[in-house]
Amino acid sequence: MSDSHHHEETFFQKYIWSVDHKVIGIQYGITSLLFLLFGFSLMAVMRYQLAYPEQVIPYIGNWFFSESGGVMLPENYNTLGAMHGTIMIFLGVVPLAVGAFGNYLVPLQIGAPDMAFPKLNAASYWSYFVGGVIMTASFFTPEGAARSGWTSYPPLSIFESGQTMWLLGMVFLITSSLLGSMNIIVTIVQLRAPGLTWFRLPFFIWSQLVTSFLLILAFPPLEAAAVLQLMDRLAGTSFFLPSGLVYAGSGVEAYGSGSPLLWQHLFWFLAHPEVYVLILPAIGIVGEILANNTRKPLWGYKSLIYAIGFLGFMSFIVWAHHMFLTGMGQSMSAFFQLTTMIISIPSVVVLTAFFISLWGGSIRFNTPMLFALSFLPMFGIGGLTGLPLGVAASDIFLHDTYYVIGHFHYVVAPGTLFALFAGIYYWFPKVTGKKLSESLGKLHFYPSFLAMNGVFMPMFIQGLAGLSRRMYDGGQQYAHASDVVHWNEFMTISAFILGLAQIPFILNIFITLSSKKSEERNPWKSTTIEWSAPSPPLPHVNFDSAVEVYHGPYEYSVPGKEKDFCIQTVK
Amino acid sequence: MSNIPYILEDRPDTGLNNSKLGIWIFLASEVMLFGGLFSAYVFLRIAAPEGDFDKWGSKLNVPMATFNTMVLITSSVTMVMSWASLKLQQFDKYKMYLGITILCALAFLVVKYFEYTSKFEANVYPSSSTFMGIYFTLTGLHVLHIIGGLFVLIYFWTKQADKMWEENQDLLANRIEITGLYWHFVDLVWIFLFPILYLL
Repeated sequence: MSDSHHHEETFFQKYIWSVDHKVIGIQYGITSLLFLLFGFSLMAVMRYQLAYPEQVIPYIGNWFFSESGGVMLPENYNTLGAMHGTIMIFLGVVPLAVGAFGNYLVPLQIGAPDMAFPKLNAASYWSYFVGGVIMTASFFTPEGAARSGWTSYPPLSIFESGQTMWLLGMVFLITSSLLGSMNIIVTIVQLRAPGLTWFRLPFFIWSQLVTSFLLILAFPPLEAAAVLQLMDRLAGTSFFLPSGLVYAGSGVEAYGSGSPLLWQHLFWFLAHPEVYVLILPAIGIVGEILANNTRKPLWGYKSLIYAIGFLGFMSFIVWAHHMFLTGMGQSMSAFFQLTTMIISIPSVVVLTAFFISLWGGSIRFNTPMLFALSFLPMFGIGGLTGLPLGVAASDIFLHDTYYVIGHFHYVVAPGTLFALFAGIYYWFPKVTGKKLSESLGKLHFYPSFLAMNGVFMPMFIQGLAGLSRRMYDGGQQYAHASDVVHWNEFMTISAFILGLAQIPFILNIFITLSSKKSEERNPWKSTTIEWSAPSPPLPHVNFDSAVEVYHGPYEYSVPGKEKDFCIQTVK
Repeated sequence: MSNIPYILEDRPDTGLNNSKLGIWIFLASEVMLFGGLFSAYVFLRIAAPEGDFDKWGSKLNVPMATFNTMVLITSSVTMVMSWASLKLQQFDKYKMYLGITILCALAFLVVKYFEYTSKFEANVYPSSSTFMGIYFTLTGLHVLHIIGGLFVLIYFWTKQADKMWEENQDLLANRIEITGLYWHFVDLVWIFLFPILYLL
């Protein structure tokens, strides 16, 4: 057990080239949080442009848009939009939810010493890192970063500059996700501690398992699509170029007979399951925190597991609801409309089970719980506003408006991101041995919660009024938008407040890190296995005694027991 | 790291060791990768003008591809033989069979090289037609898989294998089994590529 004390590791061995899942999890966490901040900054510049179109951007305008005198040009706006989406999803939320939380917590929650393939784990992180470097570096190339949207629809993406770097970066990010999710699946199946049967696994582990299956099966078709698009750009093929295409006023010299729709099918075959990759780990985190802070078992544990399993399966056959506008035909639309309505059922099962879990609990309103609680209505709004988009008739009106932006941001930003914040506050004591300050945490939560709604709620109003989501000037040129366009300023101010509201969070981390260690093992009085390990867990072995599991994950307030919680490793 | 369980022995309730489950999941993702490309092939073939794929498909060299199919099937057989030899404790035979597998892989690449260059000399490039585009993409990606596998095969043919054989025979046998699974998959992809590109 004391292997690791025999030889002294250098700084680089210990923190940079480490194969310890905990160090890799922290590496993932720090990198992805920085990327989240970066992606947020891109959006902040865009929001300024939307509220005050064609005005000089203060402070930074002369640095970044010097050739136009500090004013943002339409192509700059397109670049920022494309890279905001790419960075937030592929470099921010997924690496944080799966890379950081998955890596750090999966072995701990199943009582394992490490991931099944530690070196592959490090390779996964470094592949992600290289992908991130390529994406960031693309801003500084003569061509600039990609500007064809995070969806990279052809034919535009075949001709626009910057796209080659985007595709290369994506190849590395996809490789990273594949290695990581393969590792998580093998770890969960193979390395469960003795006694930890399938239905004794914490709900978070189940959510990571389903997420990993989605990643492993959905990402490769995007890799295939990326290869085809690279061929179109570099080798002159015309997989995505139809015959007789005219671009920038002249006919395109290509063989033709390709299909732009092919890209959309391959892309959304990934990108719809990807939505569930974003939301499932969040649901897992919220489940853990709800059970812990209501001091009672998670209601409907098995139905939750079946629900997310069904969700994962269904997510592979709903992708074309992103494509109702492409005119793919009535029967196709009818099929995908039906599957989309069906997939909302398990999501409702999850939310219902979570709400019933609150029933009759003696709820502790600490910071993780506040974030987890706010996840419920926010995710609910995001989900319910999705229904009109799943029906072809209403989608045709709403699809190109701000309504769509509002819908998916409610799922991912106040939804997933709030759950991830909850997770950070909840597991920080395990990772560092120190608890984040509650007062700074609340100073982080309340303004963030209000500002989030301030940013995204008006998008529904604008969208229902028919405001296009693709206008770099915020839609000022449209007469029918004149009633709702004033909301832009409100949303921009909310976005800046949201940015400021993150300062307490950053301060909190640094202040707490410089404080004295409490090294308390189980500060939240929780029941899952990771809380029986030392805080922080021991390098390379995690636990200081052999782990054996005796009962299910949520033994809170068991009648007749002295304490109101019973860790899985205690009889 | 030696404290990670089930690296070689099977976990009783799942009946698997870690690497075997890992490689199967990896292969599942590979199925989805080539599956995506095969669906693209179907999609493009339906969208193409009547007879376009047939016209360009007839330019491919069927005898060369038939030869390559034989070569890859042979390499799969010798791959199994090399693993079986390890299990029978016959290290010299293992080296011989693995050597033949490596030669087969090289032969495949040489034939593919002549196929590609003869196309280029006839001014046929990926941009010449949609069929040629998907042909070069699919076979090119397959060749990359062959090259990747070749590196692994060569690694297990060098002195490293002798060292592993002395230190941990089970580990070497396990690694060869895993490599074999990957190698069979790469062959299987070719078994699908051959008819849809050359024969259809």
